[in-house]
Amino acid sequence: MHTSQAVADKPEHENPALLHHFATKGQQKNAASLGMWLFLAQEVMFFGGLFCAYLVYRYKYFGDFGSASQQLDIRLGTINTVVLICSSLTVVLAIRAVQLGKRMALVFWLLATILFGLAFLGIKANEYAEKFEKHHVPGTSFSYHELLPGQEKFPAAERQYANPHHAEMFFSLYFAMTGMHALHMIIGVGLFGFLAYKAWRGKYTPDYYTPIENAGLYWHFVDIVWIYLFGLLYLIDRHR
Amino acid sequence: MSDHNSASEHTPEHISEHISSLGSCLAIWLALLAGTTLTVAAAFIDLGPFNTIVALTIATIKATLVVLFYMHVKYTHEKLTGLVIVSAIFFLFILLALSMADYTMRLWR
Repeated sequence: MHTSQAVADKPEHENPALLHHFATKGQQKNAASLGMWLFLAQEVMFFGGLFCAYLVYRYKYFGDFGSASQQLDIRLGTINTVVLICSSLTVVLAIRAVQLGKRMALVFWLLATILFGLAFLGIKANEYAEKFEKHHVPGTSFSYHELLPGQEKFPAAERQYANPHHAEMFFSLYFAMTGMHALHMIIGVGLFGFLAYKAWRGKYTPDYYTPIENAGLYWHFVDIVWIYLFGLLYLIDRHR
Repeated sequence: MSDHNSASEHTPEHISEHISSLGSCLAIWLALLAGTTLTVAAAFIDLGPFNTIVALTIATIKATLVVLFYMHVKYTHEKLTGLVIVSAIFFLFILLALSMADYTMRLWR
């Protein structure tokens, strides 16, 4: 009885993609997926700390944060949001391609994802450069002389200006949060480059594509972080 | 042996093997783009204190779409994934809610 069981299991164990300490491919995939989700839960807490710091200071310095937020380029921010959403679509299409066993389509969609990721980083670098030119980078050369939101309608003598120290706090949080996000993007682009090379070599098949799926989860998570960053950093008090 | 066999039948061999249709991938993509347009448009309308709430609600709807459809959570049979997601959101809620409860109630300062 046991022998026949062992024989029945044998083809499964001969699969080079199945590590010896897992009974089935399903079990192996579940373990890898659960590990990835636990990593993402840890990432939620990591970014959560930054979001919490942001909330505390936005609550304390609401008007100044509105003023500083309007120094960001909402056009570039929106374009970057669209770029990231498109990159999430290409990730999903890459997973679809590998599930259907289309190797070249997989490589194409992975490269498309890298391209969108680099486009995002390029636009972000452009925004950062503008911040350096305007002396809006926190530090000794920081200078800020802008009105509070909605003050343009008052006569010049009565207009109130934002507290530059509070605006500096906004930009500190802006650089910390978007910088951490950009670092995740850089890691993601590297990861997808590695996967694209492996995929081109034919490593991934409909039988084994866990790395593609888990890298996809990572990429979607980074996309979700940006969805919140965009809403919180770029869209404060725009109506005034 | 028969026990073992029935157990292995229940061992899901093809977990998260769900293949999304091209149509659903594009539909979610369009929904995410529509959400982006909506949130930018809403930011320029004066809703008083509700501007932030509207922005965060739209962001949460977009995030939910990504998690459910793009991250295949809707199609997974693995209950532990759901547990990890719910606990991550729950602990994030504790972090934000208790911190804000503290900072917003310091009326003596």
